Amino acid sequence: MFQGIMNGVSAVAIPVLLLAIVGHGWYKKVKVYEAFTEGAKEGFEVAVRIIPFLVAILVAIGAFRASGALDLITGLLSPLTSWIGMPGEVIPMALMRPLSGSGAIGIMSELISTYGPDSLPARMAAIMEGSTETTFYILAVYFGSVGVKKTRHALPAALLADLAGIIAAVVVTQMVFG
Amino acid sequence: MINTIWIVLMAGGILVAGFQCLGLDYSSVAGLTMNLSFVPLTNLTKGLFDSAKASVNLAMGLIGIMALWLGLMRIAEESGLVKLFARAVRPVMVRLFPDVPPDHPAMGAMVMNIAANMLGLGNAATPLGLKAMQELQKLNKVKDTATNAMATFMALNTSSVTFIPATVIGIRAAANASNPAEIIGPVILATGVSTTVAIIAIKTLQKLPKYRMPTVETASAASEGKEV
Repeated sequence: MFQGIMNGVSAVAIPVLLLAIVGHGWYKKVKVYEAFTEGAKEGFEVAVRIIPFLVAILVAIGAFRASGALDLITGLLSPLTSWIGMPGEVIPMALMRPLSGSGAIGIMSELISTYGPDSLPARMAAIMEGSTETTFYILAVYFGSVGVKKTRHALPAALLADLAGIIAAVVVTQMVFG
Repeated sequence: MINTIWIVLMAGGILVAGFQCLGLDYSSVAGLTMNLSFVPLTNLTKGLFDSAKASVNLAMGLIGIMALWLGLMRIAEESGLVKLFARAVRPVMVRLFPDVPPDHPAMGAMVMNIAANMLGLGNAATPLGLKAMQELQKLNKVKDTATNAMATFMALNTSSVTFIPATVIGIRAAANASNPAEIIGPVILATGVSTTVAIIAIKTLQKLPKYRMPTVETASAASEGKEV
C-alpha cells in the first residue's frame, strides 16, 4: 500500500509537471520551444561547472575507500546507525550532507558507481541528498550577506531538521526499497 | 571546513594503504612478522584514476537531464507558473511569519525562494533568498542579531519540502538507474518530516530564555559593556 503510493507519486510527478508547464506556457502564449532551448543552454554549464568538484571529492573518497580506511570508520560507527536501518556505506553521506553540497553529491555519485544506482545504499543516499540541505553553508552565506552575527536558534533548529530529514530518509528508503 | 575534510580523506587513505603495505601480522605471540607488499598502494592508485574517470562520465551524463529540466523551468518562469505557485503557498507563509507584514517585499522574496527550492531550482533560489534576507534585515531593529522571521526562514529554507530533486534524478539517470525518478515520492515524504520538525523546533526554541530576542536597549547596553 505505502510502496504503491510512493511509486505512484514518483511515476506521475514528472509527466504531470511537464504537461502543466508546457500547457500553461502554451495558454499564456509563451514561445515554448524558444524558451525551452534558451533555458536548456544552462544545462551544459551546470554539468561542466560541477566537474572539478566531482573529481576532487570522488578521488579523495576513492583513495579513502580503496585503502580500507573507510571500512575502519564505518565499522566503528555502524553499531550506532544499524538500529535505525542505515547501512554502514551510507554513514559518510549522512556526515557530509550538512557540511558540503559538492561533497555530498560526490559521495552519492561514488555510492552509485560502486554499488549500482538501484542498490539500497545508492537509493538511500539519493533520497538523503534530495531531502536535506547544506545547512552550514546556507546559514553562513545568508546571515553573512546581511551582517547578522548572532544567529540565535537558527542553527540548532536547522540541524534538528537535518537530523529528522536523514532519519526520515533512512526509514522511508527501508519501507519502500528495503 | 571542506579543506580539512579533503586533506583527511586523501592523507588518511594514503597513510592507511601505506601501513597495510608493511603487512604486519599480529597473530603470532612470538613476535611481529612483516610481509612487505606494494599491492595496497597500487590498488589505491588504480582507485584514484578510476574515480577521476567516473566523475567526468557522471557529469557528461548529467548534461541532458539538466538541459531538459532547466528548459522546462524557463517556460514555467516566462508563463508565470512559478509566480502562480508562489501565490498558492502565500496563506501558509503569512501564518509562519506573523512579524512580517503580508505586503512587505520580504514576504514576496521568501515565497519565491521557497517555491524555487520546492521545484529543485537551487541556483534560482539563492538570489531570491539573499534578497529576502536583505528585506528582513530592514525590519530588524538589532542589526547583528537574527530576528524570529529570519530564523524561521532559514529553518524552512534548509529543510524545505522538495518536489523535484532535479540534480539527484539527473545523476541517477546518468548512471543508468532502472527508474531515475523513483525517489520523488520518498523525498517528498522525508522533506515533509524535516520541514515539520523545523517549524516545531523554531517555534519552540524561540521561546527559550537562552534564545530570546534582545530589545534595542539591552543590545546596546550589552555592546557598550563589552567596549569598556
